Amino acid sequence: MSLAEDRPDSGFRLSKLVYDSRYRGYTIQALFLCALFIAIGWLLSNAAANLARLGLSPSFDFLWNRAGYDISLKLIHFTNDSTHGRAALVGLVNTLFISVLGCITATVLGVIVGVLRLSKNWVVARLMTVYVEIFRNVPLLLWLLIIYAVLTAVTPAPNAYRGANPSAHMWFWGSVAITNRYIALPAPMFTHSLGFADLGIFWISLDFVALVAVIVAGVLINRVILRRASRIQEATGKRPTTWWSTLLLILGPPVVLLFALGLHWDFPALKGFNFRGGVLAPNSIFALWFGLSAYTAAFIAEIVRAGILAVSKGQTEAAHALGLRPGRTMSLVVLPQALRVIVPPLISEFLNLTKNSTLAFAVAYADLGATLGGITLNQSGRALECILLMMLIYLIISLVISAVMNVYNRSVRLKER
Amino acid sequence: MSDVTQAFHRSQMIPAREPPRSQRGAWKWMHENLFSSIGNGVITVVTIAIVLYIVTLSLPWFLHSVWNAKSLTECRTIIHATWGENAGGACWAVIHQNWNLYVFGFYPIAQYWRPTLAFVLLLVALMPILFSHMPRKMIWFSAVYPALAYWLIWGGTFWIAVTIMLGFVAGWLALRVATRLANAPLGVAAAVLAAVLWWLFAAGPVASGLQHLVPIRLPFVASDKLGGFLLAFIVGMCAIGFSLPMGILLSLGRRSDMPLIKTTSVVFIEFIRGVPLITLLFTASFLLAYFLPPGTTFDLVLRVIIMVTLFSAAYIAEVIRGGLAAIPRGQFEAADALGLTYWQAQRLIIMPQALKISIPGIVSTFIGLFKDTTLVIIVGLLDPLMGITNAVRASTLWNGIYWEPYIFSGVIFFIFCFGMSRYSMYLEGKLKTDHR
Repeated sequence: MSLAEDRPDSGFRLSKLVYDSRYRGYTIQALFLCALFIAIGWLLSNAAANLARLGLSPSFDFLWNRAGYDISLKLIHFTNDSTHGRAALVGLVNTLFISVLGCITATVLGVIVGVLRLSKNWVVARLMTVYVEIFRNVPLLLWLLIIYAVLTAVTPAPNAYRGANPSAHMWFWGSVAITNRYIALPAPMFTHSLGFADLGIFWISLDFVALVAVIVAGVLINRVILRRASRIQEATGKRPTTWWSTLLLILGPPVVLLFALGLHWDFPALKGFNFRGGVLAPNSIFALWFGLSAYTAAFIAEIVRAGILAVSKGQTEAAHALGLRPGRTMSLVVLPQALRVIVPPLISEFLNLTKNSTLAFAVAYADLGATLGGITLNQSGRALECILLMMLIYLIISLVISAVMNVYNRSVRLKER
Repeated sequence: MSDVTQAFHRSQMIPAREPPRSQRGAWKWMHENLFSSIGNGVITVVTIAIVLYIVTLSLPWFLHSVWNAKSLTECRTIIHATWGENAGGACWAVIHQNWNLYVFGFYPIAQYWRPTLAFVLLLVALMPILFSHMPRKMIWFSAVYPALAYWLIWGGTFWIAVTIMLGFVAGWLALRVATRLANAPLGVAAAVLAAVLWWLFAAGPVASGLQHLVPIRLPFVASDKLGGFLLAFIVGMCAIGFSLPMGILLSLGRRSDMPLIKTTSVVFIEFIRGVPLITLLFTASFLLAYFLPPGTTFDLVLRVIIMVTLFSAAYIAEVIRGGLAAIPRGQFEAADALGLTYWQAQRLIIMPQALKISIPGIVSTFIGLFKDTTLVIIVGLLDPLMGITNAVRASTLWNGIYWEPYIFSGVIFFIFCFGMSRYSMYLEGKLKTDHR
C-alpha cells in the first residue's frame, strides 16, 4: 500500500474505477444503486399498474370507516359502530397486553428453570433439561393448540357446575371456575370506590390508580431512606437497620388504602347457564399466555444458564477469598457479570415473544393480526394497506425494544483501557 | 515376652478394603446427587412423586392404544370392550388411517414414489455435506440435487431441470473465459450475465427442443396438492439451503466499507427481523402479486419459500455477524498482509472461522425455521399440525379426536429438531481446534 502511494500519482484514469481498490468501491456502489433503483422502480410500476387495473388507489381512509364487527376481548372502548382504526388499536392493545403478561411469566419461569437446570440435584436438573428440550424442539403452534385443547375439551361446560350434586367443582375454595369457554375469576370490589375516569379511549379505575400511586410513593420514600443508610454506612462504617421501615413503607400504605376503600371480592356464581359476577376471562387468553410463557421460558432458561456459566469460577473463588458470603457473592459478583451476558438475548426473546403472539390466530385471540390483518383486511379488501400498517406497527415495537437494549448494552459495557 | 527391639513390621501390604458403603456405587451417587442435604432430599422425593403421578395418569392411556380401526367410534368400542367401560385409551389408528395424508398431503396416490425417491435422494445428497468422511465426489450429486428434487416433486419435463442447472454451467464457463481474457471483477459480471441470459432466453427453448427429441416427463402436480410433512420439508429444506448463502452475503454487506451496501443490508436485516413471519406470509399470499407484472401468477408454495428464505436469511446474517465480530482483527490484517483479495480472504481465512463460531446459532435458526414451517397454515397451505389435523378432524369418522394427531406431529418435529441440535453439537466437537 505504502509503495503504491510513494509513487508519483499519475492522476485519475477511468481504468482506476475497476482496478484501483480506492475507487472500485464507488463503481460497485454506483452499479448497486442503479440496480436497486431499477428493481424498486420496477416493483413500484408493477404495483401502480396492478392497482390501476383493479381500480384501487392506496389510501388509509378505510381506517375511519365503520368496522361493523364485535371483538370479544377489548381493553379499550369498542363497539361494532367504532372505526376500523379503533379495531386495529384494540388489536394492538391486546397484542401488547398478552406480550407483557407473557414476558413477565416467561422471565420468572425461565429464570427458575435455568437455575434449577444447574442444580446439583440430579432429578431436578434432568427434569428441567427434559422441559427445555421438549419445548424448544416442538413448534409453538403445537403447544398453543394443545393447551387450547386442554382448556376447551377437557374442562367441563358451565352447566356442569349446576345442581346440588354437580359433576364439576370450583377451584380454590369455590372462587375459580374453569369451564370450556372461559375461566371465571373473583374480581376485586370496593365499597367506597373512587369510581372510574374516562380517558377518552378507555375507563380507568381510580382505585387502581390510587393503589399504584401509593405503592410508587412508598418505594420512592424507601429509596431515600436506603440512600441515607448507605451514607451513614460510608461515614461511620455502621449501617442502620432498615428492613422494618422498608417492610412498613412497601406493605403498609397499600394495605391501609385497601382497607379504607373497603376491598371485598366478587365471586363468580352460576346463574342459569352461565357464571355471573367476577371476571370471565376467555380461554384463548390463558392458552396464548401459558403457551407463549412456557415456550419462551425454555429459551430464557438456556440464556440464564449460559449467563451463569459464563462467569468464571475464579470470580466466585475470589469473592469467597475476600470473605463474602454466598448470598453477597451472588448479588455483588456473579449476578452483575451474568446479567451483562443474559440481558441482551433476554430482550431479544421478549421481542420474539411479541412477534410470536401473532400465533393468536390458532386460539382465536383478537390480536393485531386478527383485527387489522384479519377481519378488517377481509372486509375492506385493502390488503396492501392493512399488511403494510401491521408491519409498520410491529417494526416500531421492535425498534423501540432494540433501542432500549442498545441503551442497556452501552450502560453495562466493559470499560476497557 | 519377646525381644522388644524386634519391632513388628509387615512384610506385605494389607489388601485394600472397600470404601464404606456410603462412599461407593449407587449409594455414593445417590448421596451426592439426590440426598446431599435434607432440603435436597425433600425436593427429590417431591419431584419423583410428581413425575410418578403424571406417569400413572397418562400411562393407562398409552397402554390402551388401538392401532387398527376405521373410525373414532370403532376405536372407543374396542377400548371399552378390551379394557372395560370406563377405560380411556389412545387411538393411534387415526395416524395409521391418515398416514398418507400426514406424509404427502393430497399428493396423487399413484405418484407417491416421487416424493419418497426425492426424500431418499435428499439423504444421499446431504451425506457429503454433513459428514466430511464421505467420498468428496458425492458433492456433485448434492449440487444437482435441487433441480432433480424440483423435477421429481412438481413434475413436468425433465429438461427444464437440466437447463436450469446448465445456467450455472454457463455462468461458470463465462467466469473462466472472462477471467482469463480480462480480469476477475469483469469475470463475475460476465458469469452473472451469462447465467441470467441463459435462464431468460435459452433455457425454455432448449428444454422444449430437448423434450421433442427425448421426451422425459412426469405428470405435473400442482402446489395445492402438497401438504403434511412433505410440505414442511420442502419449505424447510429450500429455506435452509438458500438462506445460508444469502445470510453470509448479508452479513458481509453489513460489515462492508461501502456505505450504500452497508445501509441496504442493515435496513433489510432490521426490517425482516422486526416483523413477525406471519406478516411476511401474508405478503406472500396477498401482496406479492401486486408487485409483479400484471397477469403473472406464480406458485403460492414458491412465494412462501421465498419469504421464509428472506426471513431466515436475515436471522442467519445476524448470527454470522456475531461470528465475524468474534474474529480478532489480526486475522483480517494478516490476510491483507498476504496480499489476498477480499473474496480470497473471506473464503480462505475469515469465513471458515466465523462459520465455525456461529454453528450453534445457525443451527438453532434452522431449527426455528423448521418449526415455523407450520405457520404456512395462515395462507391456506396444509401444514402437518393444523392443516392436516383439521382436515382429518373434519371427517365424520375422526370428529372429536384431539391428542393423538398433536402428539404424533409433535414427536416427528421433536425428532428432527432434536436431531439437528445434536448434529450441531457433533459438528462443534469435530471442528474444535483449541486445546481446552
